[in-house]
Amino acid sequence: MTELTASADRRRLFALLSPAYLWLTLAVFLPLSAMLFFSFLTDLPQDNPDWSATFDNYARFLTNPTYAILMWKSVKLGLMVTLGCVLIGYPCALVLARTIKGRARETLFLLVILPFWSNSLVRIFSWAIVLRGNGMLEHALNWLLPFELRLELMFTTHAVVIGLIHSYLPYVILTSYLALQAIDDDLVDAARSMGASKLTILRRILLPLSLPGLLAGAVLVFVPVVGSFMEPRILGGRMGTYYGTLIEDQFVSVYNWPLGAALSFTLLAVVLLILACASPILGKART
Amino acid sequence: MKTFLLSLSVAALSATGALADEIRVLNWQGYGTDQDFATKPFEEATGHTVVHEYFNSEQEMLTKLRTNPGAYDVVMINATFTEQAAAEGLIAPIDTAALPNFDGIPAKFADDPMQKIDGAQYGVPWTWGLTSFAINAQSVDEAPSSIEALWDPKYEGHVSIRDDAIEAMQIGALATGQDINDIKDIEAVKDKLAALLPNLLTFWGSENDWNQSMASGQLDIATYWSGSAVRSIAQGLEIEFVIPEEGAIGWLDALSIPATSEHKAAGEAFINWMIDPEFYVAWDKAGSPAPANAKAAAALPEEAFNRRVLGDPEVLARVQFQVPVEDATKEQYLEIWQTLKARQ
Repeated sequence: MTELTASADRRRLFALLSPAYLWLTLAVFLPLSAMLFFSFLTDLPQDNPDWSATFDNYARFLTNPTYAILMWKSVKLGLMVTLGCVLIGYPCALVLARTIKGRARETLFLLVILPFWSNSLVRIFSWAIVLRGNGMLEHALNWLLPFELRLELMFTTHAVVIGLIHSYLPYVILTSYLALQAIDDDLVDAARSMGASKLTILRRILLPLSLPGLLAGAVLVFVPVVGSFMEPRILGGRMGTYYGTLIEDQFVSVYNWPLGAALSFTLLAVVLLILACASPILGKART
Repeated sequence: MKTFLLSLSVAALSATGALADEIRVLNWQGYGTDQDFATKPFEEATGHTVVHEYFNSEQEMLTKLRTNPGAYDVVMINATFTEQAAAEGLIAPIDTAALPNFDGIPAKFADDPMQKIDGAQYGVPWTWGLTSFAINAQSVDEAPSSIEALWDPKYEGHVSIRDDAIEAMQIGALATGQDINDIKDIEAVKDKLAALLPNLLTFWGSENDWNQSMASGQLDIATYWSGSAVRSIAQGLEIEFVIPEEGAIGWLDALSIPATSEHKAAGEAFINWMIDPEFYVAWDKAGSPAPANAKAAAALPEEAFNRRVLGDPEVLARVQFQVPVEDATKEQYLEIWQTLKARQ
């Protein structure tokens, strides 16, 4: 009898889960495995009937130092942008979750996610208008300041970092906010009644308890930024060559899909490796 | 006007079963075929309608032809890609007898081995021009006579070139006095480009981008195409196109019909209108590259850039025309270019 219900349960579970798995197979697994397959080919089958399997595309990453240099450059960019997002986003989330209440919180929350509703390309072009020489930022500063100021921000690494931080900041604010809001007020009250200063409360209670949210936000920022290509291309000028633009070049301008796919999977492997190395810290934060 | 109507009616007649078709043209945006003076008279005379789709690089154009069979009826292909497109079976030979205006195209262009492959005409030469550079007349007093101006520290941070490996290498070849189609001393070109990069503000991406950067004074000197220069000047931008003593890179653009096109006759009628002197004269007013049809070049106003500057035989003697670049060379150039950019 118990066996029968167990199998019925299993059947029901399967029936309920199958749409999700079907969707995952169709939307994630199939396209990714097609790309993985391409990455081991000499040519795309539809272009060249004499295609064959090869590891050359992966070997090129090891033999050409340019790819490794750009990978390191992109990882550095990812770390910089993530740090920037955490430093700006976490205090914002803290104020939003612990200090501001009621309508003001809703309004501010809306302002945080508002940029998310606009197209990312539009946001980046807006930054180009603001940052470029003789642009809005320089005009505004020169109007305020008594001396002439030339920022020369556009087409530098700074411009890329600014654009990316702005694009990805809401992730950190949202995840940190959710974690901070879930913290029981009684804990903070108890700490305060025992004479803990505001800094101690932040260090000993709020930060440890909201760390999972903060780290989740950081991962959400880091992973796409390492592969970003649109922002560096538009804001970076001649400094804007990164690993992401390298992959884009392979797909768009030289039509070398196998190499582009291999470079993408190398990036995926490196990102997974970084996350795996960081997982002891991530794991500790969860307990 | 009479010749135009006549040629259009001939084209309409030769279009078998001249029913109104919708033809799809694949081209750069704003490049001759999609403007009102190009499509309106054609649509009125033949009843065919013209729909456009655009590409942002030649590679994207080939990708679109490969992945969307039957989607296009006329495609604009740079001469250096015609051979590859024909070899891949992406484009079909064109029956030049169906194009009454074809006899105006000089043999120099029409019989070019890049267009006429094994006796079959795969591309109809349409326009030609130069890749050289232009100066911003607002900030540069006198136009330089040498390509070395791009390297001049005077213009540091106000120089731009295109993010294109082949074009960059060919500019390096011109500056080091080499044949752009057969670069012998690659190291010299590499060093020359490494010295150029710190002088750059950014890479320019589109004509619009170029115009804005020039108008706002961010650029003093930048590589440019002669056809685009004509358009920019026509729009009132204060620039001057320079053909330096070291020479310039010549290019030829042609129109082809995709092998999978379902409206070949209508496509041929459109190409015939595209090489009509009447059309070139209208296009020249809006700013066009040099027409490949000799009859059209002669029909241009005397002060037109395409007759005054590009018509000068001394200029033409300095031009090095591009030939197709082999895949291995392309990859070598791309690797050199990426390495140079990665060091920034």
